[in-house]
Amino acid sequence: MATHEIAATHHGPAAAHAAHVPAEHSAHAALAHHFDNLEQQREAGSLGMWIFLAQEVMFFGRLFLAYVIYRTRFPEAFAAASNHLNWKLGAFNTAVLICSSLTMALAVWAAQVGRTRRTQVFFMALTGLLGATFLGVKAVEYYDKYRDHLIPVRGWFHWEQPLSANVSEQNIQMFYWIYFAMTGLHALHMIIGIAILLPIMYRAWKGAYSPEYHAPVELFGLYWHFVDIVWIFLFPLLYLLGAHYAGGHAAAGH
Amino acid sequence: MSTAVGAPATPIDAPRGVRFPHVNYLNANYGIKSWLLTLDHKRIALLYLASVTFFFFLGGVYAIAIRLELMTPAGDLVESQTYNKLFTHHGVLMVFFFLIPSIPAILGNFLIPLMIGAKDLAFPRLNLLSWYIYMAGGIITLWALLSGGVDTGWTFYTPFSTTFSNGYVVAAGLGIFVNGFSSILTGLNFIVTIHTMRAPGMTWFRLPLFIWAHYATSIIFILGTPVIAITILLVALERLARIGIFDPALGGDPVLFQHLFWFYSHPAVYIMLLPSMGIVSEVIATFSRKNIFGYTFVAFSSIAIAVFGFLVWGHHMFTSSQSIYAGMVFSFISYAVAIPSAVKVFNWTATLYKGSISYDTPMLYALAFIGLFLIGGMTGLFLAALGLDVHVHDTYFVVAHFHYIMVGGALMGYLGGMHYWWPKITGRMYPEGWARFAALVIFVGFNLTFFPQFLLGYMGMPRRYHAYPVDAPVWQVLHVMSTSGASIMGVGMLIPMVYFIWSMRYGKFATANPWPATGLEWRTASPPPTENFGTTPVVTWEAYEFRPMEETEVIGPGDTPAQPIDGMQPTDGKNP
Repeated sequence: MATHEIAATHHGPAAAHAAHVPAEHSAHAALAHHFDNLEQQREAGSLGMWIFLAQEVMFFGRLFLAYVIYRTRFPEAFAAASNHLNWKLGAFNTAVLICSSLTMALAVWAAQVGRTRRTQVFFMALTGLLGATFLGVKAVEYYDKYRDHLIPVRGWFHWEQPLSANVSEQNIQMFYWIYFAMTGLHALHMIIGIAILLPIMYRAWKGAYSPEYHAPVELFGLYWHFVDIVWIFLFPLLYLLGAHYAGGHAAAGH
Repeated sequence: MSTAVGAPATPIDAPRGVRFPHVNYLNANYGIKSWLLTLDHKRIALLYLASVTFFFFLGGVYAIAIRLELMTPAGDLVESQTYNKLFTHHGVLMVFFFLIPSIPAILGNFLIPLMIGAKDLAFPRLNLLSWYIYMAGGIITLWALLSGGVDTGWTFYTPFSTTFSNGYVVAAGLGIFVNGFSSILTGLNFIVTIHTMRAPGMTWFRLPLFIWAHYATSIIFILGTPVIAITILLVALERLARIGIFDPALGGDPVLFQHLFWFYSHPAVYIMLLPSMGIVSEVIATFSRKNIFGYTFVAFSSIAIAVFGFLVWGHHMFTSSQSIYAGMVFSFISYAVAIPSAVKVFNWTATLYKGSISYDTPMLYALAFIGLFLIGGMTGLFLAALGLDVHVHDTYFVVAHFHYIMVGGALMGYLGGMHYWWPKITGRMYPEGWARFAALVIFVGFNLTFFPQFLLGYMGMPRRYHAYPVDAPVWQVLHVMSTSGASIMGVGMLIPMVYFIWSMRYGKFATANPWPATGLEWRTASPPPTENFGTTPVVTWEAYEFRPMEETEVIGPGDTPAQPIDGMQPTDGKNP
C-alpha cells in the first residue's frame, strides 16, 4: 500500500493561515487563481514588498558607502561643497515629503476603514501633488547647479569659490558627483512612485478598494514611505554636512 | 504489497491512445501567444531553458576559440586585442547569462511550486516579467558584444573599464544591469513563495533540500544583485561623464570598485553552486534510496554558505593594496566557508554509505559533482591562503580552480538535475545509455581540460594571455591537453542537446514517478497539469522517507516498456 495519501482540501497552504480566514473571502474578485484566500495573497504581497525594499536598501547602500568613504577622506572639500547647496530649498523639500508621507498614510487608512472613494482619491491626489512639488523644487535646484557649472562632467564643471590646501576642485567635484548620483536616483524613485500612484488612484476612483481588499494601496504606501526615508537621510548628509565647519551657511544661498 | 513511497494520488482518467492522454501544461493550449504571454511557472521555465541554452552555446563557442588560440605558444590565431574580447565575452555570457540564471530560473522555476504543493509562484506576472527582463538584458549585451565587443574581462576592473578601454563597456554594462533585475525578481518570488505558498503540512523541515538551497540562493539574489547593479551603473555613468567616484583624478579609489564588485561576485559563485548542491541532495537521496544523512545540517549549511559568502570578498584582493590585517580576516572567513561546504560533502557521503546505490545518469552527475567540487573547493583554500595566493594570483591555477567550481560543480549539478527532472518536465524518458555515455565523455573531457591548468598555473602561466614562451615545451603540452579536453567536453555537451530534443518526440513515456522518488513533484502526472495538482496536497510525511524496495523497483526506468499515462505507477508490481 502506498504509505501516504494525498487528501483533498480546499484550504490553503500553511493551513495555519487558512484556519482562521473566513471562507467567503475566497470569492473576492481580486483573488488571483493561485492563492487560496485574500489573507494569503495579502501576506505574499506584503512580504514581497518588504523584500523589494531590502534590495533597495542594498541598492542605495552602496552610494551611502561611497559617500562615507570620500567624506572621511576629504572632509573640508565636502563641507565647502555642501555649504554651496541651497539648504533652505532642501529643508522645504524635506517638509513636503514628510507631509506626503502623512497624506499617503491617510490614504491607506481611508481604504482600510472603508471611507468613500472620494476621500481615498483625495489623499492620494494630495500625495501625488506633494511628490510633484518635491520634483519641481529639485528641478529648480538642479537648474541652479547647471547655471553655476556644478554638473560633474569633465570639461564642464567649474568651481568659483576659494580653494585651499585641503579643498581641491577635484574633491569638490567628487561631492557633486555623489550628490547627483544620490539625489538623481532618489528623484527617479519619486517619478516611478508617482507613475505607479496614478493607476492606483484610478482604481480607487472606480471603488476597487475596501476594508477587505486594499493591498495595492498599502504596498504602495510602504514604497512611498521608503523613498521618503531615503530623503530623510540624504538631506542632513548632503545639505547640512558643512554647517559645523567654518563659514557655516554664510556661504550658502546665491 | 507495493512498497512505493511515491504512489501517485491523482489518477488521470483521460482516454488512451493520444500522445499525452491527459491534459497537461504542455498541451493545455497552443500557439506562440500561449507561450510568450504565459503566466504558468512551468512554461516560463521552458522559456528560460531555451534562452539560457542559447547563451550557453554562444559562451561555449568563445571558449573553443580561446582554447584553439592557446594550442600554440605564439599568438597566431587572433590578435591580443581580439583575444581580450574572446575571454571577456566568454566570461560575461557564461557568468551572467548562463551560470547565474541556469538552475534557479529553469529548474527552480519549474520545481519550487511543485515541490511545496503550490499552484504557481506567488507572483506569476513578475515571473514572466523577469524572463522578459532577462531577454532584454541579453539582447543589449549581445548587441554590445557583436557590434564592438568588450575587452575588460568579465570583472570590468576600473580604471581600465572607465577610462582606457575602447570597448562597448556602457552597453555591456547596461545589459548586465538590466539582467540583474531579472535575478532580483526571481529571488523575491522564490522567497515569498516558499514562505507563503507551502501546502498544508509542508513544514520548513519537511521541505526538500532543493528548496532550502534555493531559499539561500534567493537571499543572495536579493542582497547581492542590487550591489552589482549600482556598481555597474556607476561605471557606466563614470564612462559617460568622464569622471566619477572611481576616478583617481578626483581623489577616487579604483580599488573601491573591486570591493563593490566582489561583494556581489563572490556570493554569485554561491548563486551558481547552491542550487546545484540542492540538486545533488535530491539525487543522492533518491539513487541511494536513503534519507539524507543529517537533514537539518545540510539545510542550514546552505544558509550558512549564503551568509559567510557575503563576508569573504576580500580574498580576491590580497594583492590589491588591501591591508594585511583585512586580508587575514578575509582569509580566515574564507576558510570558515569550507565548514558548511564540508558538512554537505560528508553528509552526502554518509548518505551513500550502505545505500542501495544505482548509477542512473543523474547519479553519475551527482557523484561527479562531489568529486570535482572537492577538488575545486580544496584548491579554493589554497587561494584563500595569504602567502600562496601571492604566488598563484591571476594564474591558470585560479582559472582551473573556479572552473572546477563552476563547471565541475554548477554545470554538473545542472546537467544532473536536467536528467533527473526531464521525465517530469517533458513526460518523456531520455535514452539512458546515451546519457550515461555523455556523462562519461563530459567528465573525462572536463578533467582533461582543467586539470592541466592547475599545473600550468602553478608553473606561472598567467591568465588572460594569448601567447606563452616557446622555450617551456611542457607548457604547450599542457595547453594541448587542455584544448583536446575542451573539444571532448564540447562534443559531450552536444550529445545531451541532441537526445533531449529527440526524446521530446520519440522518448518513451515517463511515469509520474520513474525513479521512484519521494518529493511532491513526483506525486502528480508527468508532465504536470497546469495547476500542478488536482487538489492541494496535504503533507503527512517527512522528506526523503525511503523504504526498502522490491526487486521490480530496482529495474531502471529505461528498461520498462513504454507506457501511457495510466501506467504511471511504476511500482505497482505489474511490470516485469
